[in-house]
Amino acid sequence: MLSLSRWKIVLVTLSVIFGIVFTLPNLLPQKTLDALPGWVPKQKLNLGLDLQGGSYLLYEVDTAQLRKERLDNLVEDVRNTLRTAGIDFNGLAQANGVIGVRIDDASKVNAAVTELRKLGSPLASGVGTDVNVATRADQRIELTFSPDAARADASKAVDQSIETIRRRIDSLGTKEPTITRQGADRIVIQAAGESDPERLKAVIGKTAKLTFQMVDETVTPEEMASGRMPPGTVMVPSGDGYAPAYALKKRAVVSGEELVDAQQAFDGQSGRPVVSFRFNGSGSKKFGDATARNIGKRFAIVLDNKVISAPTIQTPILGGSGQITGNFTVESASELSLLLRSGALPAQLNIEEQRTVGAELGADAVRAGAISLAIGAAAMFVFIILAYGLFGVFAALALVANVLLIVGIMSFSQATLTFPGIAGLILTLAVAVDANVLIYERMRDEAAAGRSPMSAADTGYKLALVSILDANITSLISAGIMFSFGSGPVKGFAWTLAIGVFTSLFTAIIITQVLIGWWFKAAKPKKLPIA
Amino acid sequence: MAAWPLIRLIPRSTHYRFVRWAPVAAIFSLILIVGSGVSFFTQGLNLGIDFKGGVALEARMPTAIDLDELRKVAKSTGAHDVQVQGFGSANSAMIRFLPTEGVNANVEANRIKTEIIAKFPGMTMPAPTVIGAKVSGELLLGGFKALGIALLLMLGYIWFRFQWQFAVGAVVAVFHDIILTLGILSVMQIEFSMTSVAALLTVIGYSMNEKVITFDRLKENLRKYKTTPLRDIIDLSENERLSRTIITGSTALLALGGTMIFGGPVLFPLVFTMVFGIAIGTYSSIYIALPLILVWGVKRGDEEAKPVKLGAASQP
Repeated sequence: MLSLSRWKIVLVTLSVIFGIVFTLPNLLPQKTLDALPGWVPKQKLNLGLDLQGGSYLLYEVDTAQLRKERLDNLVEDVRNTLRTAGIDFNGLAQANGVIGVRIDDASKVNAAVTELRKLGSPLASGVGTDVNVATRADQRIELTFSPDAARADASKAVDQSIETIRRRIDSLGTKEPTITRQGADRIVIQAAGESDPERLKAVIGKTAKLTFQMVDETVTPEEMASGRMPPGTVMVPSGDGYAPAYALKKRAVVSGEELVDAQQAFDGQSGRPVVSFRFNGSGSKKFGDATARNIGKRFAIVLDNKVISAPTIQTPILGGSGQITGNFTVESASELSLLLRSGALPAQLNIEEQRTVGAELGADAVRAGAISLAIGAAAMFVFIILAYGLFGVFAALALVANVLLIVGIMSFSQATLTFPGIAGLILTLAVAVDANVLIYERMRDEAAAGRSPMSAADTGYKLALVSILDANITSLISAGIMFSFGSGPVKGFAWTLAIGVFTSLFTAIIITQVLIGWWFKAAKPKKLPIA
Repeated sequence: MAAWPLIRLIPRSTHYRFVRWAPVAAIFSLILIVGSGVSFFTQGLNLGIDFKGGVALEARMPTAIDLDELRKVAKSTGAHDVQVQGFGSANSAMIRFLPTEGVNANVEANRIKTEIIAKFPGMTMPAPTVIGAKVSGELLLGGFKALGIALLLMLGYIWFRFQWQFAVGAVVAVFHDIILTLGILSVMQIEFSMTSVAALLTVIGYSMNEKVITFDRLKENLRKYKTTPLRDIIDLSENERLSRTIITGSTALLALGGTMIFGGPVLFPLVFTMVFGIAIGTYSSIYIALPLILVWGVKRGDEEAKPVKLGAASQP
């Protein structure tokens, strides 16, 4: 075992070089680093938000609300479909995710089912549609969304939200935020260096759902006051200051999804800030048709369930572009245009978790971590050298190599170093020392049992290996568990611990072996220095 | 070659009768466990907002903060369940509260922030930490799940590597460590957060290390001395591992000691838990895990060793 095989020496040399090369960028100032040629590794340790400062936001996509909205829309679709087909019905209502309707004329039930089946859109799997239509007793028809469709909807909503958030944040100019999906319906946003998340939240939190809806002019002021609306009409609060609320047709003429562009502009006549927009082809057509049919009537521009303005249609708007007037300042108009450009969020996002570490505090944490790491390592060096003399020096050298390797691997793999990770690093070093202690104690036992120094050292390594492996496997188990169940800093801790298990095994066993092997060759000792 | 000081300091071969003290240790541990239980059920753990949910605001001032005054002002804002405590230095404090139901936590946090700053000129508060009740519940559940699964896996590993008696001994001892660690966290009201779970898992890892390494020696000695009574072999194995236990324990404590003093208030709960856990894990290896094996006896060679009554010395 102690024989200095060539592959061991090569491996040790290579690993130490690897450690130094990949650790070095962390110690050099950025300027020197930039001046180095391109092939030199320049990746520094990827510090967690708790160390470099920044914001962590966890949002949950409100899929329940999304489902409700889809159901509400489907109720309207059912109403329109049956009316268009001239089928009389009653009792159209939605309860617990099931839409029920009763057809007046028994002979028309089948026709109604055929019409309603057309409402579904094909599923991604290609089999069936997302809406199930079933007939029940008493001329009733029930419509439900298939579970697959609901899941796919939620999943699509999360993906869409991530895209939208990315576009919104990009336009803010925040430095490289990471936006990731977590679980089924959560989105994590990590913005390093951003220690004031309010700006982020201001643009992320808005749904920016824009619709154009016709004002229901048949609603009387009495009905408005009592809040009783005819079917298909809703009361929407107003943000324009002219009326407290408007009665609007539920069905939107056009929605913000069909926008292709939005810009902050100034109104040609009044000179006030407005948002000008442009529709895509189908949006232009819908908007053109609706305005042509409803000249003299009012339509409302609704943003996040609030009426921004409700102008009267003077002429048909056929070109597909128009402008939103309202009580805008230049800032609010450009913010709105940004939100419209980046698209609406498909569902509301609820903030579930927010953590922020100031950059200053992060720097303090790095300093405290570095100091405690240095003190911990120094204490271990002194202790192990006091305990084992020359062999202690070997163990200390192995420890240095261990730190280099861990930092090197973490820089190379861009794993995140967190504050608890530093504590994990210290514990790793302590356990690495343990491996050497186990080996050396074994050697002493074997030497005491009368073996020659060479044989004692050799057997020491051989026998200690079993215990060391057992001990490290249990460490690895807990690291694995922490990694799969922990979040954020705990994950970082587990990762550091896991890397540490492997580097410790390597440095504590192989590197000290090579060093002791060399020493045996050079000194030809008659007695083990630790015996 | 001159002997090094520490090598002389730690006796080469010892003959402590550890198992003899096991009954005393058992009573001692039992008292501590009961004490931990009492503290755990009367005052509970000081759950951080990771597990409790809520809002945490950090307050900083160029001068020392009058905590009583701050507490009064914070209470007067009408926030629920307000807690104010010092945080690291005299110049900073942590204000925690639960958001009012139905009110946006951020809006409320900003209102309270403004109200407090108005009363304390020069005070600054960085952005708040907000943890929703849903997330905090999941974090707590996940934390305990992690603890449970880690324990089960380790139990399986030891069973596989040794015998079931060893596995049971190790797991009882580790449970003992967990209870006492939670106990001291409860007694001292040290904040229990997600990182505390990490610390607890590390404590388990270290404690298991200790056990596995002594078990290893025990297994070897069982093969070596086929006729020696089990309790003597346990004593022998523990004595043989003693210098290693002392050296490793001290290096670990030395290394973490620096972090405990210089790591700052954020790292303190984590490191304190680890330091306490290392001490208690070492103790439970010697006085609980190994003596427990005596209760059931172990398989040696072909025949089952007879269980030995605890407390009755087999040797003068």
